[in-house]
Amino acid sequence: MFDLRPTDEQRMLVDTVRDFALRACRPAALAADAACETPAALLAAADELGLGALGVPESLGGVLEHRSTVTGVLAAEALAEGDMGIALACLAPGAVATALGLWGDADQQAAHLPAFTEARPPAAALAIAEHHVLFDPFALRTRARRGAGGDLVLRGSKALVPRGVDADLLLVAAVLDEAPSLFLVETASARGLSLTAEPAMGVRAAATARLEFDDVSLPAGALVADSDPQVYRELVALARIAWSALAVGAAQAVLSYVSAYVNERTAFGEPISNRQSVAFMVADVAIELESLRLATYRAARLAETGQDFIRPASLARSLAARHATAIGSTGVQLLGGHGYTKEHPVERWYRDLRAAGMLEGGLIL
Amino acid sequence: MINPEVPAKLDTLVYQAHMAAVHVLRPISRRYDTAEHEYPVELDTLAELVAQANAQQAGLNTTPEVEPSGSARSGEENVNGRNLASLVGLIEMCWGDVGLMLTMPRQGLGQAAIHAVATPEQLRRFGGRWAAMAITEPEAGSDSAAIRTTAVLDGDEYVLNGEKIYVTSGDRAELIVVWATLDRSAGRGAIKSFVVERDNPGLKLDRLEHKLGIRASDTANFVLENCRVPKENLLGSPELATTREGFAGVMQTFDNTRPMVAGMAVGVARAALDRTRELLEEAGVTIEYDRPAATQTAAVADFIRLEADWEASRLLALRAAWMSDNRLPNKLAASIAKAKAGRVATEVTLRCVELCGTVGYAEDELLEKWARDAKILDIFEGTQQIQQLVIARELLGKSSSELR
Repeated sequence: MFDLRPTDEQRMLVDTVRDFALRACRPAALAADAACETPAALLAAADELGLGALGVPESLGGVLEHRSTVTGVLAAEALAEGDMGIALACLAPGAVATALGLWGDADQQAAHLPAFTEARPPAAALAIAEHHVLFDPFALRTRARRGAGGDLVLRGSKALVPRGVDADLLLVAAVLDEAPSLFLVETASARGLSLTAEPAMGVRAAATARLEFDDVSLPAGALVADSDPQVYRELVALARIAWSALAVGAAQAVLSYVSAYVNERTAFGEPISNRQSVAFMVADVAIELESLRLATYRAARLAETGQDFIRPASLARSLAARHATAIGSTGVQLLGGHGYTKEHPVERWYRDLRAAGMLEGGLIL
Repeated sequence: MINPEVPAKLDTLVYQAHMAAVHVLRPISRRYDTAEHEYPVELDTLAELVAQANAQQAGLNTTPEVEPSGSARSGEENVNGRNLASLVGLIEMCWGDVGLMLTMPRQGLGQAAIHAVATPEQLRRFGGRWAAMAITEPEAGSDSAAIRTTAVLDGDEYVLNGEKIYVTSGDRAELIVVWATLDRSAGRGAIKSFVVERDNPGLKLDRLEHKLGIRASDTANFVLENCRVPKENLLGSPELATTREGFAGVMQTFDNTRPMVAGMAVGVARAALDRTRELLEEAGVTIEYDRPAATQTAAVADFIRLEADWEASRLLALRAAWMSDNRLPNKLAASIAKAKAGRVATEVTLRCVELCGTVGYAEDELLEKWARDAKILDIFEGTQQIQQLVIARELLGKSSSELR
C-alpha cells in the first residue's frame, strides 16, 4: 500500500537524531567547517546514539532489529538538518559496516563487524571517487592485479574520501580482471598507502582525504563479493541515495532558516516575505525539497525490499544535483549580502549542497 | 511504513485504463485534435466501461484496505481509497489523451465540486451525472473571489445573472456547477455554487473557444440571463459565511481536484517521455542510469533530467491524493503537486519535441500535440503563480492581504 508514515521505531530514532542534530551539531558546524574536522566529542556522541552502526544487524550486535535503507535515510536526513558535513563524518564509517553486512563473507564479517558495535567503533571509509574530470564510477582508473604470491596489488588513487585520514579500515573500489571490485584495506598494515587531507568546497567537517595506493599488497581475502558487478552497481546507487538523503536534510535546514528570515527582515516598510519575488522563491524551495524527499524515499524503499532501485536512485540523484544545489543558492540569495557572510549558515549550505548530486561513494545507509 | 508505491490492488484498474488509452483514445487522438468541436462519439462506449470502473472504485472506498497493526502508529489506519484510485486511472487516461479524457461523459470536475459541499440529498440527485464547473468570468480569472455573477432568491428559486467563460465540457455536460454571489458587497463569504441543468433556458451558450491544445474538449462561454434554478440546487448551506471560512469551503474543492490535475500532467508527460525514449532507442541511443549524466550524450543527460522531474511530480501527486484519502489536511501538498506537475509537464513535452527535432515537431507524431495539450495543465485549476501564492502563504503564515 502507498504510505508515507514512518514506523514507531523510525519516528523515535528520527526524534532523537534530529534533537542531537539541532542542539549539538548545528552550533558546532561553523568551527568544524573551518577546522575540516568534526570534534571527537560529537563523533563519540553520535556513536553512542548508534549512528555508526545502523547497518549492523542485531544478530551481529547492531541496534536495529532489521537493517533498513529507509531508516538510514531518515536518520541521515535528520542529522544533516543539523549539519551536512558533520552528518557525513558521523555516518561515513558505518558505510563500511553496512557494505560488509550486505556483501561480506563470513570471515570478513567476523573479522570486522563486531568492532563497529563497540563503544568506540573503528574509523572506516568507503572510497570510490577519483581525482579527474568526467569521473565515472564504472570506468575506474584505480586497478588491482594478482600478485605472484597469490596476493592482490592495488595501484591508483581515491579522492575526497570522508574521514579518510584517520581511517583504520577502507573499502576501496578498483578494477580487477576488467570488473569493478571492492577491497578491504587495513590501513595499519598497508605498505605503500598514503592518506592526506584534501579539503574541498564543502562537507569540510567530514575531513575529506586523498588516498594514494602505490602497489599496496593485500591478502586474497581482502576481495569483497568476488567482483560481482551487480554488487558494485548497487553500492554506487546506494551511495547516491545516501547523498540525496543528506541533501534533503540540508535543504530542509535552508527552508526553515529562510522562512524565518524573510518574515523577520523588513525593507521598504514591510517584511520582505510580503513580496511575491521573495515568497515565490521560498515556495520553490519547498516544491523541490518535497520532490527530492519523495524520490529519495522511493529509491530507499525499493532498495531495502530487494527490488530494482538503480533507476529510482539515479532519478533522485538528478534532482539532488540540480534542485538541491539551487536550494543552496536560493538560501544565500534570500539573505542577500548577509547570506554571503559567515554570520549565517546559508553560505555553508550553499557549499555543502553542491556535493550531493555529484560526489560518488563515501556513504551508504 | 514508508512505501511510496501504487498498491497492487490498483494494478487491474491501471491496466484497464491503460488499455482504454491504447485502444480507444490514441487511435482517435489526432482526429479530434484536428476536428475541433466535433463530439467524439467513440467515448460513449468507453464511458460505460469507466462507469463500471468507478463502481469498483466506490467499492474500494467503502472497504478501504487497512495497514496491518504494528507497522505504523497504533490506532491509525492507512487508507488507499477513491482519490488514489482516481489519480492512477487518470494518469493512464491522460497518457492516452488529455483532451479526450476531459470530455469523457460523466467525468467532469464538476462532480468534485458537488462531492466537496453537497448534502446527502443533493448527492443523490446529482451524483454520477456529467457535471461541468463554471467559475471563471471575463473579469475574474485567478481571482475567483471577484466573481460578479449574482444569485437572488425569488420565491423557491434563485435567479442567476452573469457571464461564465472557459467552462470545460460546458456544451456537452448535463449539469453546470455555477459559482455566484448572494451579495456582491459581502465578499467571499457570499459565494456559493449552484447546479444548473444544461437545458435551462436561462443558460445561453455564447460560443466555443478555439484553443492551443486539448481541442477534443469543448470549452464553452455562457451568458446567464435570469436563469432560474430551484433553491435546493444551491450546494451546501445557503448561510452567508461571516468569515473567510465559507469561501474556504468552496475553495476546498481544489484540495481534491488539484492532485487530479497534477495526475493529468503526469500522464501526458509520460506519454512524451515514453515515445521519446522509443525514438531515441530507434536512433541508437541507450539511456544508462548507472553512469553519470555528464559522461553520456547530451540527449541522454537531458532525458534523465526530464524523467527525474517527472518522477517527482508523480510522487507528489500520489502523496496529495493519498492525503485526501486519509483526511489529512493537504492544501499545501495539493498545491505543491499541481505546481510541480504543471510546469514539469510543459517542460517535459516541449523538451521532448526538441529532443526529437523535426520528428517531434511534425504532425505525424503526437509529440507536438502533447506539448500543446500540456500547457493548459499549468493554467487551469489554478495557475502556476496561484499555486505559488498558496504554497508561500501556507509556509510563511501569510494572509491574502499580506502576500497578494
